[in-house]
Amino acid sequence: MQSKPILLTILDVVSIIVLGVAAYLALVFAPTELVMGNVQRVFYFHVGTAWVGLLGFVVAAIAGITYLVTKDMRWDRFEVAAVEVSTMFFFITIVLGSIWARPAWNTWWTWDPRLTTAAVTELIYIAYFMLRQGIEDPEKRARFGAVYTLLGGLSAPITFMVIRLFRTIHPVVIGSQSAEAQGGFSMTSDMKTAFFFALFAFTVIFIDLMWHRIRLGSLQEKVEQLKLNVSM
Amino acid sequence: METIPDTSGYMIAGYLIAFATMGIYTLSMYLRKKNLKRDLETLEALEAEQTKKK
Repeated sequence: MQSKPILLTILDVVSIIVLGVAAYLALVFAPTELVMGNVQRVFYFHVGTAWVGLLGFVVAAIAGITYLVTKDMRWDRFEVAAVEVSTMFFFITIVLGSIWARPAWNTWWTWDPRLTTAAVTELIYIAYFMLRQGIEDPEKRARFGAVYTLLGGLSAPITFMVIRLFRTIHPVVIGSQSAEAQGGFSMTSDMKTAFFFALFAFTVIFIDLMWHRIRLGSLQEKVEQLKLNVSM
Repeated sequence: METIPDTSGYMIAGYLIAFATMGIYTLSMYLRKKNLKRDLETLEALEAEQTKKK
């Protein structure tokens, strides 16, 4: 395995710093929302993780298309990395949303269009790993994975748009929201600072983790290749 | 004047879960890498042995 690039080490350090700053801005700097209290502070990480979660699913779909066109295994590793990191972030999004919903909506979960599409999206990508586990041949696995992420990628824009298209109780941060929306609030300038910094911080962390996961994929491939050589 | 509801417990739980999830994921990546490196060393040694025998 190639030695760790200096840029990746720098990115590791930057990721830890921006995560700390994002937590400070969300937990200390941003003012307390008067109606919901401190639980509103989960909103900053909720939206930040949702952003990179959905972004990663779209990135995986693009990597899938590129793999199908080029047949270059590097794109398969890129796709796996995007899906894995995004699935982890999107899990955090769903859990934080549920925790916020308990005091805001008086329930941990409701089958609202946004919550339903988010849960379906997460399950689609958990199933992606089950699909890959079941295929031995690396090329076949990459081809099936690429087609799957291409179709699965459609769930990301649907999840994003659903609160703008259907009647839902989920609040909309940017744009007009449904009349049934509950728990919405207008952001002060300090809240906006914490919000946009969280988006930036999670983007940096996402790139960092993606890079690590791609390198792990290369190592995995090398080990698989060596296993074949030794068994021959 | 209305009082702000105390929902700090939910906030703490949320951030604990968020940090724990990221921590567990990072740890899993580190452990996978460590195991793969060990496998790689063993396989390289085996391959070298096989080449020597030939």
